[in-house]
Amino acid sequence: MTSSTTGRTSAGAGPTPTGPEQGTGPGTGGALHVVQLLTPDGRRADAGEDPEVVAHAAALTPEDLRGMYRDMALARRADTEATALQRQGELGLWASLLGQEAAQVGSARATEPQDRVFPTYREHAVAMVRGVDPADILSLFRGVDRGGWDVAATGVSPYALVIGTQTLHATGYAMGVQRDGAVGTGDAGRDACVLAYFGDGASSQGDVSEAFVFATAFQAPVVFVCQNNQWAISVPAERQTRVPIAQRASGFGFPGVRVDGNDVIACYAVVRAAAERARAGQGPTLVEAFTYRMGAHTTSDDPGRYRPSVEVEQWRARDPLTRLEAHLRRDHGTGDDFFAEVARDGDALAAKLRRDVLEMPDPEPSTMFDHAYAAEHPQVEAERAWYARYVAGLEGEDVAEGGAGTQGGAA
Amino acid sequence: MSAIGPDGEPVVERVSIARALNLGLRAAMEREPKVLVMGEDIGALGGVFRVTEGLAKDFGEERVVDTPLAEAGIIGTAIGLAMRGYRPVCEIQFDGFVFPAYDQIVTQLAKMTHRSRGAMPMPVVIRIPFGGGIGAVEHHSESPEVLFAHTTGLRCVTPSNAVDAYWMIQQAIDSPDPVIFFEPKRHYWDKAELDPAAEPYPLHRSRVVRPGTDVTVVAYGPTVPLALRAADAAAEEGRSLEVVDLRTLSPLDLAPVEESVRRTGRLVVAHEAPVFLGLGAEVAARVTESCFYSLEAPVLRVGGFSVPYPAARLEDEYLPDADRLLEAVDRVLDT
Repeated sequence: MTSSTTGRTSAGAGPTPTGPEQGTGPGTGGALHVVQLLTPDGRRADAGEDPEVVAHAAALTPEDLRGMYRDMALARRADTEATALQRQGELGLWASLLGQEAAQVGSARATEPQDRVFPTYREHAVAMVRGVDPADILSLFRGVDRGGWDVAATGVSPYALVIGTQTLHATGYAMGVQRDGAVGTGDAGRDACVLAYFGDGASSQGDVSEAFVFATAFQAPVVFVCQNNQWAISVPAERQTRVPIAQRASGFGFPGVRVDGNDVIACYAVVRAAAERARAGQGPTLVEAFTYRMGAHTTSDDPGRYRPSVEVEQWRARDPLTRLEAHLRRDHGTGDDFFAEVARDGDALAAKLRRDVLEMPDPEPSTMFDHAYAAEHPQVEAERAWYARYVAGLEGEDVAEGGAGTQGGAA
Repeated sequence: MSAIGPDGEPVVERVSIARALNLGLRAAMEREPKVLVMGEDIGALGGVFRVTEGLAKDFGEERVVDTPLAEAGIIGTAIGLAMRGYRPVCEIQFDGFVFPAYDQIVTQLAKMTHRSRGAMPMPVVIRIPFGGGIGAVEHHSESPEVLFAHTTGLRCVTPSNAVDAYWMIQQAIDSPDPVIFFEPKRHYWDKAELDPAAEPYPLHRSRVVRPGTDVTVVAYGPTVPLALRAADAAAEEGRSLEVVDLRTLSPLDLAPVEESVRRTGRLVVAHEAPVFLGLGAEVAARVTESCFYSLEAPVLRVGGFSVPYPAARLEDEYLPDADRLLEAVDRVLDT
């Protein structure tokens, strides 16, 4: 990893994607080397890259690569279905991950079961790779709950909607990992790290800078994974930063790497190397996955108002799935049967997801009082009881103590 | 000085609130290895009020963490540590410096239990020295308790004396919920006799600290010693004040207040925070509702004004004192 930590320039340092990122302004494009191991037309290209990163990529079997493709395709299919469900009024909102499948699947596949990930609200593919049922994500957007998955079993923290807050939680969690002696033991089944996901917009938040400060001060085993998708709703990345985001890390005293975020092999290998550094006790790394949000920020957004369609088309030529498909067909003899099977599985997943969402019952009203606190809180319990009496009164029951008084106030 | 004798037996001694907090933190840390103390200058210095004095030496820097100077970072990382099973006790240096962490406290710490449907309880204690009267510069004398008491998911308590400080900090650390622990900084050096072998009073209970018959005075934190002084002065004039130390601000425990008001028929609430939308308003509304037919006079409130906390040379005029409290007592008696 060390050679990619110095912010070396692209001159003579291996292939640099000639992609739209060079056209998004001096602030975010710059001349920082971009790690790319799979060209947009699907050829492997390791020359000049960090040997450790290359070794992680080289260790991937054809079956691993097909698994990555499958993960990306299923996530995209689930995402498409979620967008449709929102359009049909079945979800209140949806934040599409379209275009970011490689950054998410590659980074998530670099984690171990004992690792923990802290997502924003767009890491659907990360969650799915970690075993989260997509229905448990959609329940949040349907308004049934705040996300239905088992955090302990999946190692996926709840979605964070206040931008950047989760980077501090990730850092604190990593400080706990250190205190548990689960760093640097050399036991691959024990040593753990934490992935903190955030975006280009979040890079402006104070919480993210404070997370960098704490992580480096305590050498916490955290990998900051910034998916720079170029747009924070309507504001382009150059309004957030005048240097490549990966370069920020050097000011805090830890390595930063920019990776082609549409190259799933590079995303996997770079994050894997950073994760191993973290697990070995060598501290944090910032990985900037340079990618593109192909869809709207959320279903409430209208990107036509602020970004040119030509830019979207440029990025469409760098589609992460098309790229890996080309590679699998050319170099690994993967044929139509595989891709047809993945498509069928995607359709089945989408059908099940739709069914699961439509069958989700609205929560019982009284459950709003649940888990406001971990231990009993008299105010909450008084209001819960008042509400039950109030509802009973509305339904004609004789409730002498009824809904009298301020709701739970004079209990 | 220690609350434990050479043979391990508890020793009864007179200790200050600061010392009692230190002893309480020690007891909690000795009992539970997952308890961590974190904040600015709490290690070698022992905190600006010396509450954590000696803890770094005795428990090591893995458990007594001198953090970078960033309050959101302190609370945000404490949330992550709690997710990993730790019980962080965070020190915010002064009341006015909690606001960089306000987002983490309100949008994250307070809601994580609910967000995770109980899977991720947040046993985090945030110690905040609060209140005025120490001649400090701006942001060092404020009383922001109601901002936290209003936030579901947080519990808020404040001890008014060393005995409560010793027990309440340990009870707060034992809580599976986040507790904002307000320490009356002006009274850090007030002493009381602490018996570590005594039975602690429950955390979320108010109590009568001075019985009386004519007027009920509700106070908490720094206004408790004030109310007790006022009660002494009133007694000299033949007026008997019953003083209730609220102790817990969320949840509120108004049973002792209501029991008292049903006897006295008169209630004055005193806090340093501005009266407008202060805790006194909630107490007044609830007692008016629950004790309407016992009240002989409107509930009156005594507290700070609706102005920025003034420069130190004016804080004696800003803060409620015994005269302002007794003036309110006069008015409820004259009604």
